[in-house]
Amino acid sequence: MREYDVIIIGGGPAGLAAAVEIYKEGVTDILIIERDIQLGGILQQCIHNGFGLHEFKEELTGPEYAQRFIDQIRELKIPYKLNTTVLDITKDKEIHIINSIDGYKMIKGKTIVLAMGCRERTSGAISLPGTRPAGVITAGTAQYYLNMKGYLVGKKVFILGSGDIGLIMARRMTLEGALVLGVAELLPFSGGLTRNIVQCLHDFDIPLYLSHTVVEVKGKDRIEGITLMEVDRNKQPIPGTEQEFECDALLLSVGLIPDNELSENAEIAIHRRTNGPIVNEQMETSVEGIFACGNVLHVHDLVDFVSAESRRAGRGVVRYLKGEKSHCIGIETMNGSGVSYIVPQRMHVDEIEGKYAEVFLRSTDVYHDVTLVVKLDGKEVKRFKKPHLAPAEMEHLKIDKELINVASGTLSVEVELKEAN
Amino acid sequence: MLDVIVIGTGISGSFVARELAGFNLKVLVLEKNNDVSNEATMANSAIIHSGYDPIPGTNKARYNVLGNAMYKKVCEELDCSYKQIGSLTVAIDDEQVETLKELEKRSAINKVQVQMLSREEAFAIEPNLAKSTKAALLAPSAAIVYPWELAIALIENAMDNGVELKLNSKVTAIEKMEEGFKVVTDNGEYLSKLVINCAGVYADEIHNMVAAKTFEIIPRRGQYFVLDKTVGRHVNHVIFPCPSKMSKGVLVTPTTHGNILLGPTSEVVADKEGIQTTMKGLEFVRDHANTIVENIPYHKVIRSFAGLRPSSDLHDFIIEEAKDVEGFIDVAGIESPGLASAPAIAIEVIRLVGTRIELNRKDGFNPIRKGYITFAELNAEEKEAIIKVNPMYGQIVCRCETVTEGEIVDCIRRNAGATTVKGVKKRVRPGMGRCQGGFCEPLVIEILARELDIDIMDVNYDSIGSNVLVEETKIGGRSHERI
Amino acid sequence: MKEWDVICIVCPRGCRLKVSKDKDEISVTGNQCIRGVAYGVKEVTNPTRVVTSTVKVNHPVHRRMPVVTKGSVPKDRIFDVMKEINKIQLDLPIYVGDIIIENVLNTGVNVVASRTIE
Repeated sequence: MREYDVIIIGGGPAGLAAAVEIYKEGVTDILIIERDIQLGGILQQCIHNGFGLHEFKEELTGPEYAQRFIDQIRELKIPYKLNTTVLDITKDKEIHIINSIDGYKMIKGKTIVLAMGCRERTSGAISLPGTRPAGVITAGTAQYYLNMKGYLVGKKVFILGSGDIGLIMARRMTLEGALVLGVAELLPFSGGLTRNIVQCLHDFDIPLYLSHTVVEVKGKDRIEGITLMEVDRNKQPIPGTEQEFECDALLLSVGLIPDNELSENAEIAIHRRTNGPIVNEQMETSVEGIFACGNVLHVHDLVDFVSAESRRAGRGVVRYLKGEKSHCIGIETMNGSGVSYIVPQRMHVDEIEGKYAEVFLRSTDVYHDVTLVVKLDGKEVKRFKKPHLAPAEMEHLKIDKELINVASGTLSVEVELKEAN
Repeated sequence: MLDVIVIGTGISGSFVARELAGFNLKVLVLEKNNDVSNEATMANSAIIHSGYDPIPGTNKARYNVLGNAMYKKVCEELDCSYKQIGSLTVAIDDEQVETLKELEKRSAINKVQVQMLSREEAFAIEPNLAKSTKAALLAPSAAIVYPWELAIALIENAMDNGVELKLNSKVTAIEKMEEGFKVVTDNGEYLSKLVINCAGVYADEIHNMVAAKTFEIIPRRGQYFVLDKTVGRHVNHVIFPCPSKMSKGVLVTPTTHGNILLGPTSEVVADKEGIQTTMKGLEFVRDHANTIVENIPYHKVIRSFAGLRPSSDLHDFIIEEAKDVEGFIDVAGIESPGLASAPAIAIEVIRLVGTRIELNRKDGFNPIRKGYITFAELNAEEKEAIIKVNPMYGQIVCRCETVTEGEIVDCIRRNAGATTVKGVKKRVRPGMGRCQGGFCEPLVIEILARELDIDIMDVNYDSIGSNVLVEETKIGGRSHERI
Repeated sequence: MKEWDVICIVCPRGCRLKVSKDKDEISVTGNQCIRGVAYGVKEVTNPTRVVTSTVKVNHPVHRRMPVVTKGSVPKDRIFDVMKEINKIQLDLPIYVGDIIIENVLNTGVNVVASRTIE
């Protein structure tokens, strides 16, 4: 069985950035495995711009961003396999792969990088009531049909969910000749970036229905309409607020879920809140030598952060291969009030390169003018003023290493509200 | 002139068709939908009941027990899923314990083996039962199957043996002639000596086309949840609550493919097309499932669906020749335990056919049907070997269920093959997993377009007119023409 | 005097700006940084947008090429730009950055390919 130094599962932005970093650090026996017909992952269908402001100091489209990394892969001649699906990963870092040319093969990695990305939450998972006709489809799949193949899945469209994918598709379908009737959002605030609300909804006069949800799908063979209702603070429909919309497609943008089925096969510990592997500051999972980065670890909103995170994973891989390991138990991170989750979940401060320990987190709610308070074993060590926090926008904190340089303990981050005057 | 027309390809019609295929008869099966087995057979609990529960002396009791005993062999012949996992009927209070004792007596009359379990014995084999469980009745002969797989396999086997199938053929009129019947559909007219009515929720309307009304079908809707395979071991048996007059109650059961099924509700609906799920109905399922099983992981729901039971106002199966019309045979009111009873019902139908036509066994009838290769279940060597023979088995299309292009192409090319996205899903499962087709549907429609040699915009999700794609962009907008 | 409500999109804060124009003088309030002023002024005098779309490709598998305007075009000409993009058909190979439409509708902006497909 061929053993590679590194096998990277997923040739999207996470896998590509990790591969390039690992190569540049001197480890070249790499194999990237990608199930699609091309590298680039989900970026290839994200034809809109807004990517690269941090990474390249330029504003790029998704495919342009991907191309920067793909060009590096080609230049460095890093090996990859397309049209190849991983069927299984074991704890011993054996990988079962399949494609129509090589057949069914087993290969082994001294290290593995999980970069499988995420999938979309479905109508079934939210128990959308009504009939089950054609034309109810997740926004990402509709995006694939339109951007990769050139087909509209509807001409009179309603969108459930105001996450970025829903907003982007509202604009995209409008530009290609569809009529978008509205976007409904269960919560009282949108799940997407403000710039998308402006450029995708306001620009085209597409109404945004906050605190609303679709309560029924109608139609026998194809969808014919939906019933929209306002919801109260407990997300329950308010009687009497029914509105009917005739449509031939309902797009769902109701959440992304890290795709960790393979990780679970390898008995990698999954964090309940992120739905991704529990990792330390090297992005190493609970199984030695298996690392995770990108959307499979936690759902990102900016691919720039994915690239940085994946480079950290890459460096972690190289350190592992060199036999460098931490000797202490490490700090456990914990989300305090107002914080939904923190990545990484474990940190060995002595293993961190540079001056800062970096943590990534999401808030549970929209906040204005608050402070993120970092505590070590209950004692405050650092405060960060935040004029604006939203669940849709991942926060990146840099904490001076010397403030938390302990062998073990608990690091928590919580939201402190402004005191009322 | 045909010998027999069968109306409907649910589990009843499919078993009948396959039985008829074993004789030298000219048989035509008419199905109103764009695919076989698209109604009640597509949306039920998939349980082969043991048969202790129906009232002794009824058709239900008789055919359930007979049918249950036939299932293992039929599923082997047709290479269909069958798991005899047994059922547990749970008593959560003293009154229910008394009910269990009544059921025990009834099972003796129905000649079904059951065993009363104490609380400890029940928990030993089913750790996630509700804490309030006091006793449970185990019926070892209960089993689970994959109903639409079976119906499709039955029709395929029938067609392999000479039976003809016409889809998109809704019967609009039946005329009794001197000799036989003229059956008019929206897609052609046919003459046949006999007609067998297996039309599900429409069986009364079909009957009334040619005979005097003797029964009415009252559709009763059942709503269900499906849970992801990762929690497929939550229960090991079919778990029933103590039955009420209206229904067997909301049950919790594993499926043949490793999911968990919760449901059904029991709601009389006016609309024979009323297969909507409702918020109230799904709440009802949750509330009631929680009374018999603990800690159900609702965050792992991947789908909900609903179907209509074709219940008759006579509360029993109607399997007989119409009293006023010779040669017109009803197979109506086939609600639970219809699935379990179907093979035995078909034998009775043959007997009835034999009173009107001479039956000669067909030479060379082949009861064996080989199923699709389930790539996911092959071992490493088998996987390696099949890809060498057919590289399409090396191309994964559905990641969630590990379905290859090879299986998809196979299920399109056979008799009674798939012609739609849902048809492919029913036969080889792409779209049944956690992403519900999000990644694989675009690939499936490309394969369908290629195999059926049609424009990709004409690929339907299910019925004709349920096209997946609505318009191609940037070519002056060729819009899809609604048929 | 004319007044507009504008949401600033320069950074994620999303300040609600009030932009008012009195004769030729434009003032912006509600901004929490200086970049908001420039944005507010631009939005009411000459709003522009970057347009991203796809172009038809003559290939059975790679049927569409993503494209982007290198620079932004007047907001009220977005659909006209789309019409021009929709007229094009491409043959492979195309390389990222290739100019697909030069100076589209005389805006001074090129439409270029967003990726390489060989």
